[in-house]
Amino acid sequence: MTDHIETDVVIIGAGPVGLFAVFELGLLDIRCHVIDILPKVGGQCAELYPEKPIYDIPGFPMITGQGLVDNLMAQIEPFHPTFHLNQMVESIETLGTPEAPLFRVKTAEGETTFTCKSILIAAGGGSFQPKKPPIDQIEAYEGTGVFYAVRHMEMFRDKRILIVGGGDSALDWTVNLQPLAKRLTLLHRRDAFRAAPHTVEKMRALVAAGAMDLHLGQVSALKGPAPVLEGVTVRKDDGSTFDIACDVMLPFFGLTMKLGPIADWGLNLHENLIPVDTEKFETNVPGIFAIGDINTYPGKLKLILSGFHEGALAAQKVHRYVYPEKKLLFQYTTSSTSLQKKLGVAA
Amino acid sequence: MGVIHVTDRSGQRHTLEALEGWRVMEIIRDWGLPLEGLCGGACECATCHVYVAEEWLSKLHPPSEEEEDQLDTVVTRPNSRLSCQIIWTPALDGLEVTLAPTGS
Repeated sequence: MTDHIETDVVIIGAGPVGLFAVFELGLLDIRCHVIDILPKVGGQCAELYPEKPIYDIPGFPMITGQGLVDNLMAQIEPFHPTFHLNQMVESIETLGTPEAPLFRVKTAEGETTFTCKSILIAAGGGSFQPKKPPIDQIEAYEGTGVFYAVRHMEMFRDKRILIVGGGDSALDWTVNLQPLAKRLTLLHRRDAFRAAPHTVEKMRALVAAGAMDLHLGQVSALKGPAPVLEGVTVRKDDGSTFDIACDVMLPFFGLTMKLGPIADWGLNLHENLIPVDTEKFETNVPGIFAIGDINTYPGKLKLILSGFHEGALAAQKVHRYVYPEKKLLFQYTTSSTSLQKKLGVAA
Repeated sequence: MGVIHVTDRSGQRHTLEALEGWRVMEIIRDWGLPLEGLCGGACECATCHVYVAEEWLSKLHPPSEEEEDQLDTVVTRPNSRLSCQIIWTPALDGLEVTLAPTGS
């Protein structure tokens, strides 16, 4: 079923900069929906360094990535943004005029469409996507012999499965797919796993019982007439090689960031970054803004701090698109009763 | 002041001025070579993966468990290191590294 949502602004990216933009827009009575490809909010901060301390957020001598995200969520709570997680924006269609922009935003597979007056791209380095190992010809086998995710376990029934990796995804799928595989092999570069200990134990028990194989080494080549995978060549650290026969290979190497469909939205790009002006942080398409690590302009610093600033300035221009008839009066949250009412703190 | 030698993915060798206390990743990026360094040096992404020339390997401190965990997420060679975990000192003057390939 396709959902259709009408809103003032769609924010692409639920990292710190996207989250704070909700706040800046909220103060100006602008409603927004936030879309992110990850299953949780926080972007890079929550995905890459939730426990790592950050030292350059104003007012926080030290805060962890997750701590910052939690605080931002509390801060924007009064504005009740709607989050659409696990969704990737696939396309943006321009419907309006440069003076009165209107956009239709579609997520992958047309799950949800949005109509909005402005779009804030706060996508950091792009969208998180599975890391593809640099193996020759791997693309030729994708979707037939090589899969980076398991959507339907049944697809793999009675197949010779090779799982590559040593993290949670690799170990979880090893344990889950082993019962239905014809034969399952786990391949990892060393005999240490950074997955949940009980899952590692389960895997080791299956190996001990002869129910699956564990090999150490790394895939150096894929074999079989593409797109039909017949096996892989594995290289060990000592340089020796051996082959593993398999019908499917599932590499679980974690996530990396790719620009993804953003490249197809008709925006000017400069080395995978979106050029903007420094007054409004608007792109070459009126009504579409880019804030945070994804934009570029003379003097750009990739700091969370800069992204916050950019969101505040973008919000001013968004207000003109959303409320063309209203004059925008600049107010401070410390002194404005109307802002305090919006925040739910006015007496 | 000293230098590091970096061979890029097209095989071209660059000699870059190095600064004490800087991470090799930062030096490579500062000179504009295509090294992603997505996480900014937090040892959380492995996008600054390099191969260190054999003769230099023993001069580096061995990889931490954290670095090994990240190396698990790429296809490595025995001389694989994350350049964000190598802090340059004058003892590393002339360090020779090669940028590892990135996935497509």
